[in-house]
Amino acid sequence: MNSKSKDLPAPLALPVPSSSIAWKQRGKGLVLPVLIIVLLEVIVRIGWLPSYQMPAPSEIALTLGDLAEGPLWKHISASLLRVLIGFAIGTSLALIFAAWVGLSREAEAYLEPTFAGLRSIPSLAWVPLLLLWLGIDETSKIVLIAIGAFFPVYLNGVAAIRNIDRKLVEVGQMYGFNRGRLVRRILLPAALPGLFTGLRSGMSLAWMFLVAAELIAATKGLGYLLSDGRETSRPDIVLAAIIVLAVLGKISDGVLAGLEKRFLAWRDTFSGQGTGD
Amino acid sequence: MAEALLDINVERKSFGNTTVLHNVHLRLHDKEVISLLGPSGCGKSTLLRIVAGLEKDYQGQLNRTADEVAFVFQEPRLMPWLTVEQNIGFSDDKHYDKAWVAQLIDEVGLTGFADALPKALSGGMAQRVAIARGLYSHPKVLLLDEPFSAVDAFTRMKLQDLLLQLAQRHAIALLLVTHDVDEALYLSDRVLVMGNRPSNIRQELVVDLAHPRDRRDAGLAGLKALSLTELQQAHVI
Repeated sequence: MNSKSKDLPAPLALPVPSSSIAWKQRGKGLVLPVLIIVLLEVIVRIGWLPSYQMPAPSEIALTLGDLAEGPLWKHISASLLRVLIGFAIGTSLALIFAAWVGLSREAEAYLEPTFAGLRSIPSLAWVPLLLLWLGIDETSKIVLIAIGAFFPVYLNGVAAIRNIDRKLVEVGQMYGFNRGRLVRRILLPAALPGLFTGLRSGMSLAWMFLVAAELIAATKGLGYLLSDGRETSRPDIVLAAIIVLAVLGKISDGVLAGLEKRFLAWRDTFSGQGTGD
Repeated sequence: MAEALLDINVERKSFGNTTVLHNVHLRLHDKEVISLLGPSGCGKSTLLRIVAGLEKDYQGQLNRTADEVAFVFQEPRLMPWLTVEQNIGFSDDKHYDKAWVAQLIDEVGLTGFADALPKALSGGMAQRVAIARGLYSHPKVLLLDEPFSAVDAFTRMKLQDLLLQLAQRHAIALLLVTHDVDEALYLSDRVLVMGNRPSNIRQELVVDLAHPRDRRDAGLAGLKALSLTELQQAHVI
C-alpha cells in the first residue's frame, strides 16, 4: 500500500553544523577587529598618531576598567532603562496601529496618510519641541525613543500583514474561522517574520535616539558620558562609551535574534552559501 | 435514487462583465465520485468554490444535506509553522483528536512524520497531509481542486489510488476538478465535461467500471477516445 511511499524522504531537520565548524565561523568574524586593534596600538605607540587624539586601545581598556569600578554602571542602567521603556511604548503602539491598518482597508484610508506624513519628519526634528513641551527630564527622552522605535515596527508590521499568503487565509475561511481565530491561528504566525524584522530595526533606532536625547540634555547615561568626554578632552572616555553602546546594541539585537530563531525555526529560507568546499 | 448530498444549481456566475458559469446543475450522491473536466479558466474551480461556500456572490441555489464538506486545494496550503500533526488537526486548534490524527497519518502513508515541519516534506507528501487534513473533520463530501496537478506522474497515480481507498474506507463522496482526462476516467463514476466560457456542462460520461480499476483497461481506453471526441466537439481542445 502507500505506506511505502517513494516520495523522497526529505531530511527532517536542517543539517546542524557541528560546534567546531560554528566556532570556526565565529573566528572568522574576529579576524578584522583584532587586526585593526593591533594596528592601532602599534601606530599610536610609535607616535604616528598623537595619543591625545587617538588613545591606544590598551589605554581605552584601562579607562573602561576605571569606569567600571566607578560610574559606568549608573550610566548603563540609566540608558538601558530609557531604551527599554521607550522601545516598549513605541513598539506596543506600533503593533496596535500596524494590526489595525494592516487588517482594515477602512483604517488604512483614515490613518495611513497621516502616518506617512509624520514619518517624513526627520525624527530628530522633534527634539526641540519635546524639550519645550516636556522639559529636559526623563519624559522627553523616552518619548523621543518611542517615536524612533515606532515607525520601523509600524511599517514592517503593516507590510508583514499585507504580505500574508491569501491562500493560507482562505484555509481559515474554509473552516469558518471568525476574525479572532483567523488572527490567532493564521495571520499572527504568518506575519511573525516581518514583525521581527521591524522589532530589530526598531531596537537599533531606539539606541540611536537614546544617544541623541542624552547628548542634548542629560546628567547620566551613555550619551552624557560621550559629551562629558568631549568637554573634558578625553577621547578615551568617548571611545569607551562608544564601545559600551556597541556591546549593548549587539546584546539587545542578539536577544531579539535569538527569539526570532526560536519562533521562526519553521521558515524555509535561504541561509547563505558555505565556502564551497 | 436517494436524496443527493449536494444539489447545486448555478443560474449565473460572473466576474465583472464576464459570465463564467451559466445554467450549471449538479447533483452529488452518497459515495459517488464525480469529476469536472474542462480547460483552464472554464469556471470549474469557481463551481467548486461555490459548493465549498468560499464563493457567495452568484445567482442560483445550493443545497447541502451533508454539513461536513471538506476542501483539498491545488496546493497543499499547509501552515508552515505547524507540524504535520498540528496541520491535520488544524480546524480544532490545540485540542485536536490525537488518536484520529495518528490514524490519518498512518492511512495516508506518513507514519513517523507526525512531528515534521512542512518544509521537510516533498510535494507529494505535503499533498498527503492536505488530504488527511481534509478527512479530519469526518466529511461526507470531499471537494478537490486539481489536487494532483503539481506532482509528478508516478506520485499522481499513487495519490489517486490512495484517494480512492480513503474515500471507500470512510464512505466519502468526491467532487473533483481536473484537466486530466485519464485521472477523471480512472477515479470517477461520472465525468462532467465543461466547455468554454460561459461554461455549462456539455456532456456527462458515465464510467460504469468496477473499482479497483486497471489503468490499462480497454473500457477506459474506449471512454478516453469518446471523451476526447466530446471535448473536441465542445471546442475545448
